[in-house]
Amino acid sequence: MKFGVVVFPGSNCDDDMIFALRDVLGQPAVKLWHKSHDLEGCDFIVLPGGFSYGDYLRSGAIARFSPIMNEVIAHAQKGGYVMGICNGFQILTESGLLPGALLRNTNRQYICKNVYLKPVTADSLLTRGLDVHKAYQIPIAHGEGRYYAPHHLLDEIKDNDQILFKYCDQSGAVTEEANPNGAVENIAGICNARRNVFGMMPHPERACHPMLGNTDGYELLASIIIEKVLL
Amino acid sequence: MKFIAEIQVMPQKEILDPQGKAVLLGLKNLGIQNVADVRIGKNIRMELDVADEAAAREEVEMTCQKLLANLIMEDYSYQIFPA
Repeated sequence: MKFGVVVFPGSNCDDDMIFALRDVLGQPAVKLWHKSHDLEGCDFIVLPGGFSYGDYLRSGAIARFSPIMNEVIAHAQKGGYVMGICNGFQILTESGLLPGALLRNTNRQYICKNVYLKPVTADSLLTRGLDVHKAYQIPIAHGEGRYYAPHHLLDEIKDNDQILFKYCDQSGAVTEEANPNGAVENIAGICNARRNVFGMMPHPERACHPMLGNTDGYELLASIIIEKVLL
Repeated sequence: MKFIAEIQVMPQKEILDPQGKAVLLGLKNLGIQNVADVRIGKNIRMELDVADEAAAREEVEMTCQKLLANLIMEDYSYQIFPA
């Protein structure tokens, strides 16, 4: 699978993502400049974390109109894979590829720490290799990560099994105390109804190598490329 | 004709506004007790060069819906007057 990591002005996790995909997962991965109109034959597009356009107006709101987003949206509409992490998730909600919005954390703080995530469904490219009974330790680093969707939208998301991850405690229990940012129903990551667009606030690419002191994120990213054994 | 559009973008009523809460707390700490609630939004001023007020209105509606407000979490209002 060929990966393309889009670089917006203000992206700062693009190198980490390239390292995770190319050096750790051993996949072909290229950077795609936001002014380009060419996805260079990539099968899987990643919108990395950072502060695109300085988070002006709203996080992700201006990046959504970067030239390459026309191609990214067309790629997603054809069923191609797109994943947004942190600021990338914000760009995907702003562009309408994922439902809902990301609001300022309830505690008003920029939070940078390790949290635990519980996969909610194994029915997605991103979670199919994960144990839905295990808590994965993955770092977060955001000031605006409170996932929000109005009631009718939230019902739809749940009916379609679109919740990928919830914030939980070390034992895997989804509790109020384990919710770092006030996200509705502890939601940390979702996919679209067609299951080809993924968004999550936590950073698996920062937890993908023994050198980084944590390899839980590796399992998540490796999920994308494993050959699913059909029994 | 030149028009000025004065646009207000506010978080929707049912959405918690942590900025507003922080300012409310600050006011209480200052000893200002009679403020019941504070909500913080954005004020955007745009200059438009269009044929008439109807065209200005159309332009402002489009910019609000497409970029200035995220209708999942924000509401907008605006006033238009000749520059």
